[in-house]
Amino acid sequence: MAENKNDAMNSPSKAEKIIEIVGASKIFDDTVAVDNIDLYVRKGEFITFLGPSGCGKTTTLRMIAGFDIPTSGKILLGGKDITNLPPNKRPINTVFQRYALFPHYNIYDNVAFGLKLKKIPVTYVNAKGETYTKMQKLTRREIDEKVKNALAVVDLEGFEKRSVSTLSGGQQQRVAIARAIVNEPEILLLDEPLGALDLKMRKEMQIELKAMHKKLGITFIYVTHDQEEALTMSDTIVVMKDGQIQQIGTPTAIYNEPANAFVANFIGDSNLFNGTMVGKMSVRFCNRNFKCLDDFALHEKVDVVVRPEDIRMTDADKGMLKGEVISVVFKGVHYEITVKAGKTEVVVQSTESRNVGDVIGLDILPDGIHIMKKEFTVNRYDGYITKRNTVAFGDGEFECDVTQLYPGSLLDEEGYLVTADGEKLDLTDTDVTVEVGFTDIEISDDADAGGARGHIVSIIYKGDHYQVIVRTEENEEDFVLDTEDLWNENDFVSVKIPPEKIRLSLKQEAKQK
Amino acid sequence: MTKLRFSRKQLCIPYALFLILFVVFPMLMILFYAFTGEGADGGLTFTFANFADFFTSRAKLSTLLMSITIAIISTAICLIIAYPLAYILARSNLKRKNVLLMIFIMPMWINFVLRITALRELLDLVGLLGTENYLNTIIGMVYDFLPFMLLPLYTTLEKLDKSYLEAAADLGGNKFTVFTRVTFPLSMPGVISGITMVFMPSMTNYVVSDTLSNFNITILGKLIDEYFTTYDNWHMGSMISIILLVIIFLTLLATGGFKEDKSNARGANLW
Repeated sequence: MAENKNDAMNSPSKAEKIIEIVGASKIFDDTVAVDNIDLYVRKGEFITFLGPSGCGKTTTLRMIAGFDIPTSGKILLGGKDITNLPPNKRPINTVFQRYALFPHYNIYDNVAFGLKLKKIPVTYVNAKGETYTKMQKLTRREIDEKVKNALAVVDLEGFEKRSVSTLSGGQQQRVAIARAIVNEPEILLLDEPLGALDLKMRKEMQIELKAMHKKLGITFIYVTHDQEEALTMSDTIVVMKDGQIQQIGTPTAIYNEPANAFVANFIGDSNLFNGTMVGKMSVRFCNRNFKCLDDFALHEKVDVVVRPEDIRMTDADKGMLKGEVISVVFKGVHYEITVKAGKTEVVVQSTESRNVGDVIGLDILPDGIHIMKKEFTVNRYDGYITKRNTVAFGDGEFECDVTQLYPGSLLDEEGYLVTADGEKLDLTDTDVTVEVGFTDIEISDDADAGGARGHIVSIIYKGDHYQVIVRTEENEEDFVLDTEDLWNENDFVSVKIPPEKIRLSLKQEAKQK
Repeated sequence: MTKLRFSRKQLCIPYALFLILFVVFPMLMILFYAFTGEGADGGLTFTFANFADFFTSRAKLSTLLMSITIAIISTAICLIIAYPLAYILARSNLKRKNVLLMIFIMPMWINFVLRITALRELLDLVGLLGTENYLNTIIGMVYDFLPFMLLPLYTTLEKLDKSYLEAAADLGGNKFTVFTRVTFPLSMPGVISGITMVFMPSMTNYVVSDTLSNFNITILGKLIDEYFTTYDNWHMGSMISIILLVIIFLTLLATGGFKEDKSNARGANLW
């Protein structure tokens, strides 16, 4: 899957593949760190593994370095299987997260460490005129020369005799890079190398690393959780989550065409809306239809991503959306303005400011709307608990079991929830996330039979059942359900859900209370 | 009710008193006795005679040499046994390695005299007692002080940042070179700590040598004891104590135990 995506994008270089990871997984005890990934790295490329902590990016790097052996799958270097080759046999060097400079050596000995262990073939001519080669260590002079050059590359000439502990973080960082590149590896691995530096230093090092990559011409594989760093430096970005690759592409492609909601959210700021396709290249979100450039099947539920800088502010009545400014934050170059449009908050970035309380209009052009397939297997709603311990969502009110919010809790006669610890809670107005499976919803002709009412807007035959979408009138909430009965479009029906089938979970904010 | 408030200085008073009473004062006493002697009239006079006497007496010098030899051999054997053990324990992924470590440390919790007496019975059983006095003494010292070598080594190796080892392997080091160039040098604080912990008591712990050599081997500690109790000559006893103190100081200096080392501060120097 990843392979295809990689081919689809326009890689800056069409050079040969230097590293190929084929179906690699890594399982630690019971945790799957890397889950069956396929990936290749082109020679000379600056490729970045990007993702939140625990996404498997460092483990992937460590498998390439040879510190971790994949539980299954293969790693190829220039077509040769190196899966089980120990790190010292690989033409790959690493810059470690905390540098790992040897504290018992000075800078010279740190940088020379790899050179002193290295043996190179040297060709001799003996007395009879025959040539023969011998594996030989580098001479003292050769080592001196190389160390000096490497320290020059990282701008640390004359630091040879200093001890590691006398260097600043940035200087140690440079020594770590020198120690790696002095061995002239085919690939340089960098494991969050700038993580320990302050912001200003980090920015400088980003530029320097990029320049170094250009100068040395070797492949850089970089690991970071900092999306800005990845966008700044990389030729190719591999976005990872939960041990799986989410998207591979150039920084521009990843930013402009995120493959899914996770990527959109992780890379840059974005507004994420629940949308529904309402026509050819037409999507509905925020109670309004928008033209867009992506096409999906009619009535399909989609994730809509709009970058804050792609939203234009207009006069109140001239915009596609209308809302009230609820916060304005100055971010240095631009203002970040949050607008409450209907029930949703929309974040806008603009060089112009507005005042809190202003009612303004918002325009979103088709090329600013990115539509992504929703992994949609369950109806999900924002709801709240009522006074009667029922749950309100989807323009309706449903009986439910509120005790599932707190394991081991009970309801007392007055309607208070008693937790397992004996704490008495009033759940009224608690915000919850509600999930209902497609098969758990029934519809009925009797408008008063269920908790919510709406018209059937779509019926799709799925082989052995129909997938029906019921849309409420007030807020256009959709109920997607699977049924074996045949209904007609535009039927007005009520929605029934058995109380035990309504799954509730507390929203994050409610949990913190 | 008034609150009791102590300044930092006031809180130091008990420790200062303790130090003066049990460290400074006895040290001064030892110094005083070491450089005095009973004059012709029975009074105390300042003298270097004890010092000169020690270094001209064959018997005392051979005792010194013997003590040092026994201590060096015991320390070396402890190191040879404890290092691989500590290394294996520290590197193993065993969930219960603390239990394993405990088993090696446990003898320390059994009364020392009891342990040595038990060892004596054991040596008697195998027929070494009374025949191999040196060997027995060394066996006793090693048996007794091994945990003191093991613990600091284990602590150092356990805390050793694995990324150093990975870096060394990454730079082309095989298992052997990684060990000789990185693991071992970085475990030096533990080695030094262990050596000092074993070497010093091995020179003075005469309960071991007396019990296991049937009083045939006299080490420096025994000599001090004899001067204080048997001969009632506190001046010579004090002088030998000071000479011992200087030797220990010199060993520390030689092994670099006084160097301010970050890794020492992190707990490698358990003792």
